[in-house]
Amino acid sequence: MKLNSKSKSLLVALAIGLLLIPFVTDTLLGRGWVRIVDFAMLYIMLALGLNIVVGFAGLLDLGYIAFFGVGAYCYALAGSPHLALAFPMIFPNGVHLSFWVILPLAALLAGGFGVLLGAPTLRLRGDYLAIVTLGFGEIIRIFLNNLNAPVNLTNGPQGISRIDPVSLADVRLSVTQEIFGISLPSVHLYFYLFLAFTVLVIFASQRLEKSRIGRAWMAIREDEVAASAMGINTRNLKLLAFAMGAMFGGASGALFAGFQGFVSPESFSLMESIMVLCMVVLGGMGNIAGVILGGVLLAVLPEVLRHSVVPLQQALFGKMIVDPESLRMLLFGGALIVMMLYRPAGLLPSRVRRRELDTDEVVETV
Amino acid sequence: MTNTAHLLQLSSIGKQFGGLSALSDVSLHIQHREIYGLIGPNGAGKTTLFNVITGLYQPSAGEFQFDGKSYQTCKPHVLAKAGIARTFQNIRLFANLTALENVMIGRHVRTRAGVFGALLHDRTTRNEERAITERARELLYYVGIEKPARTLAKHLSYGEQRRLEIARALATDPLLLALDEPAAGMNATETASLKTLLQTIRNSGITVLLIEHDVKLIMGLCDRVAVLDYGKKIAEGVPEEVRKDPAVIAAYLGAEPEAHTSGFAPLASLSPLAGEDPGERVVDNV
Repeated sequence: MKLNSKSKSLLVALAIGLLLIPFVTDTLLGRGWVRIVDFAMLYIMLALGLNIVVGFAGLLDLGYIAFFGVGAYCYALAGSPHLALAFPMIFPNGVHLSFWVILPLAALLAGGFGVLLGAPTLRLRGDYLAIVTLGFGEIIRIFLNNLNAPVNLTNGPQGISRIDPVSLADVRLSVTQEIFGISLPSVHLYFYLFLAFTVLVIFASQRLEKSRIGRAWMAIREDEVAASAMGINTRNLKLLAFAMGAMFGGASGALFAGFQGFVSPESFSLMESIMVLCMVVLGGMGNIAGVILGGVLLAVLPEVLRHSVVPLQQALFGKMIVDPESLRMLLFGGALIVMMLYRPAGLLPSRVRRRELDTDEVVETV
Repeated sequence: MTNTAHLLQLSSIGKQFGGLSALSDVSLHIQHREIYGLIGPNGAGKTTLFNVITGLYQPSAGEFQFDGKSYQTCKPHVLAKAGIARTFQNIRLFANLTALENVMIGRHVRTRAGVFGALLHDRTTRNEERAITERARELLYYVGIEKPARTLAKHLSYGEQRRLEIARALATDPLLLALDEPAAGMNATETASLKTLLQTIRNSGITVLLIEHDVKLIMGLCDRVAVLDYGKKIAEGVPEEVRKDPAVIAAYLGAEPEAHTSGFAPLASLSPLAGEDPGERVVDNV
């Protein structure tokens, strides 16, 4: 890829801007907000992973959060004292693998689960596929909830705590580090870690989109019969889409577990799946920039609401009338309806952008 | 593969849908480098046979050999790889992708890059991508699509969409190009240029199988023609002979062969083809 000097300097400016985010947020809004930004990054990764399944290959997946859960529990089991409870003989101190071992492990495990979900649903499309994937997501959650007996594998609803924080080459991200005289608190460190992974995921998504595999996925999305008549092995490519999406989900789940230090089945409910799906749909299915925008909006706006609604109501009425959580769902529902009416293809629909960039394009007259 | 063997050989192909027999005992062969036409009244089983040949349906009986290999039950993508490419009666392009991407997808089966190639974008992958794009552009030019390659498939005109389907099929480097009513809905000028295109394709060494309602086109273009009626092959041969075949005339006009020489039009209105495309009634009037 050749970059001219203008786009090069733009890229540098963007990079500096991104690197400054935690400091700016910290100064302007407080430490708690840096944490929120960290979570937004995780959601972006998740949404980009789901975008492969839903946006590229057109397979509506309502149980995507299950892969996030698989990744998170993989990290939790392989990086905490928990397994000492279940297998005191084998793991007297629990398992404490390195981050660089757990991460690919979590991705691969989630990918395996992706294939597991994909295989029985190959013949399904649209609504039917959505229902089965929804069921799959719930199965995983219920398993996590109940696998505390006979062998205590997941610790049931209490979840697994005391998970090892991420440490990269002896640099522990859970404590403040001094680098070049700049003091970086834990949330900042995690931000940079997540930023690095998000950039990686964006990069991977982009390359996949513009590849032979990506085109085959889009062909399946557009017309499966025609795709197979063109020699595309739809079975393998659909499984691949499920596996790739699940791998991204699993990796971000592992990051989540390391960041949070605690996982429980609650974090992997159907509502979360729907939130991630909404990020993809709201932003613009199949368009990477749109999905990122959707992820940021849906991850940050609820927090904005939480922090603004209570003081606002206090000031106006002297007491809290609507609690921010219910207001969030109300606004969210309203926003979705408005979106579907006025911008059904999302905030940044995938094709429009490309068309705008293309000068010799015939303008749609409809 | 020797040139003497047939490219496609169907032996006693049958296809049942529940109790309905859509095809029974259809045997035919297609030779290398010929344009082979498949005609018959509506509901005769043309498209069913077509779907069997391209792997969309599995035959209930019989078998077929393609390029010297026998295929009992086969997935469409396997047959596409073996060298059968098709178009669809109701255009099935990838509507929201560009014309160029549609053709590039056709190259899928002849290229190799996988996930790692996509992610690493190594030299081999880059070269392959370049070759895919180049070939796709050539094919767009070849079939005569003059609109920009980045036009979405759904924004092309009807005739161009039909041509784009052919370009996409050609991108799979087929030995046999199977076209399901390529001239449907085309005007006379478009049909004429389609005819030229099909002849060019054949001259480039690709065998063409054609289902068509436009009898004029079939008669002027095909080397050999088979006629299906009620799922059976009732005639086969060069167009001249087939046109005079009593069984064919009966199938098309629902009349005794001698009757059509006198009162053609009234009989046609009684025939099962009444209300059909007028092009069909002129089976013997071309």
